[in-house]
Amino acid sequence: MTATLPEVATAAAARPRRFGAWYIAEHQLRGMKAYGWTIVVGSVGNPLLYLLGIGLGLAAFLDQPIASGADGLVDYVWFVAPALLATAAVTVAMDEFTFVIMAGFKWRRIFWGMNASPIAPPQIAAGLVISVVLRMLFTCTVYYLLILAFGAVGDPLTGALMPLVGVLGGLAFGLPLMAFSAGLTEDKGQFALVNRFIFTPLFLFSGTFFPLATLPTWLQWIGWISPIWHASEIGRALSYGSPPDAWPVGWHLAILVVLAVVGWVLARRMFVRRLRAG
Amino acid sequence: MTAPVIAAHGLTKRFGDFTAVDGIDFEVPPGESFGLLGPNGAGKSTTMRMIGAVSQRTAGDLSVLGLDPDSHGPEIRSLLGVVPQEDNLDTELRVRDNLIVYGRYFGIPRSVCATRADELLGFAQLEEKRNAKVDDLSGGMKRRLTIARALINEPRILMLDEPTTGLDPQARHVLWDRLFRLKERGTTLVLTTHYMDEAEQLCDRIVVVDKGRIMAEGSPSALIRQYSTREVVELRFGSERNADAAVQMAGLVERIEVLPDRVLLYAEDGEAVLERVTDLGLHPTTSLVRRSSLEDVFLRLTGRSLIE
Repeated sequence: MTATLPEVATAAAARPRRFGAWYIAEHQLRGMKAYGWTIVVGSVGNPLLYLLGIGLGLAAFLDQPIASGADGLVDYVWFVAPALLATAAVTVAMDEFTFVIMAGFKWRRIFWGMNASPIAPPQIAAGLVISVVLRMLFTCTVYYLLILAFGAVGDPLTGALMPLVGVLGGLAFGLPLMAFSAGLTEDKGQFALVNRFIFTPLFLFSGTFFPLATLPTWLQWIGWISPIWHASEIGRALSYGSPPDAWPVGWHLAILVVLAVVGWVLARRMFVRRLRAG
Repeated sequence: MTAPVIAAHGLTKRFGDFTAVDGIDFEVPPGESFGLLGPNGAGKSTTMRMIGAVSQRTAGDLSVLGLDPDSHGPEIRSLLGVVPQEDNLDTELRVRDNLIVYGRYFGIPRSVCATRADELLGFAQLEEKRNAKVDDLSGGMKRRLTIARALINEPRILMLDEPTTGLDPQARHVLWDRLFRLKERGTTLVLTTHYMDEAEQLCDRIVVVDKGRIMAEGSPSALIRQYSTREVVELRFGSERNADAAVQMAGLVERIEVLPDRVLLYAEDGEAVLERVTDLGLHPTTSLVRRSSLEDVFLRLTGRSLIE
């Protein structure tokens, strides 16, 4: 006896139901090939420029170390390297969770094509996140190898966890941004505003180039809410240990996880709402 | 009789106070080519989205392939092919890769996707463009690629939302030819259109919808028989004289329609009516006897006022 239509349909939907998010990720990674060269050059060139500029340039002007770790004062480049790595992940999030989302809904409309397939909206959102995580992991790993080559890591063994921390920082920044972008129906320059008034201040005032404690107290809150600061502090702890007065690493981790989880819940909801409206 | 692949009963969709689809009933048996006709805003696309299991109905019953879209969306969508109104091909991928990536969404192994992609490129007459960028394709080629993409999962039902809107006549005819081949192979087609010639070419059965309700249903020829006469006589007397002439001709036929530029007389035998018009001493500046078309039915059912 031949199978009934509902049976055929159930069999056909089994794999998409289970692996749908991975199929979306596969598509996105293929798409990234189109700008793959930019990704690779950016991943290598960006750290090189920063490390040369700061490690050889800016550090030469500092006549004394400004930061300390578990065993006292540390080299300036040790202090900066984990923050640069975290920033690299956040920069990927700035790319992938803004215009790419807007394009998927509005310009290229590819999310609507995905939506007509057996893959459900939450899987579409998850697939996008998976592909971005892989891109962040690539960028952060390249970054880590370069800072290692520059001798900018205290303990290379624990420091090797830095790319993972970078990805977490990238998600803590990126997932709320993804939720925001998924809710936009028109680009009226919001992304430029995010770049100028959120990303740039977070980058500059997150204890990236100097310890957060050296800022006036009324500016330090920017660091407290900044995924870049939290990821940098964890990275520093992994590289050369935390000074006694530092926040516990568990706190930094918890804040990053909360930001990422809340961002994900909102982003997922926005995707369902948008793709199932009408 | 085989069970219908789509069955809608009292199907309703409301957005707040606005009722887009107002309790419609229809069934589509397997292998049929079924057309939803209606002016803009009639509820065609909303109906298509409900059948496509991407929009929840507000009320009524809907079964697609024997399943309820509310609870079995992925199952239904895995056996549908969808050609949307607006192209949503991935312009960052090349032509063939668009097919392969889409096939993967259905969990089809890569090697099978590749084989099917090559077959479908042949079917869509796009072999020479296989490695082209999507942006370099013409509008007609993009539509054919979208149709090829919708066939990658060997769907039981192919849904096309205004498939030829915006295409030039040559591109439309190539597309019709491809769709006709699918129909011959037994694929169930569900399409919306507001081109009457397209509906006459492709559809076995048509439902005319307006303001969310079904106005008429039947095969193109049955609809013409039911809602129009065999022939139509189109006469022009000049815009000032049309109305006066119509009054004089009132007894000649059952139905006369006065338009700003011409008068339409609905008749079984157009030539005979034209003779009697001349006998009345009326001399139209131009006259034309033609067969009734689906367009006459459509305009009668949905009115001539512009909906924008």
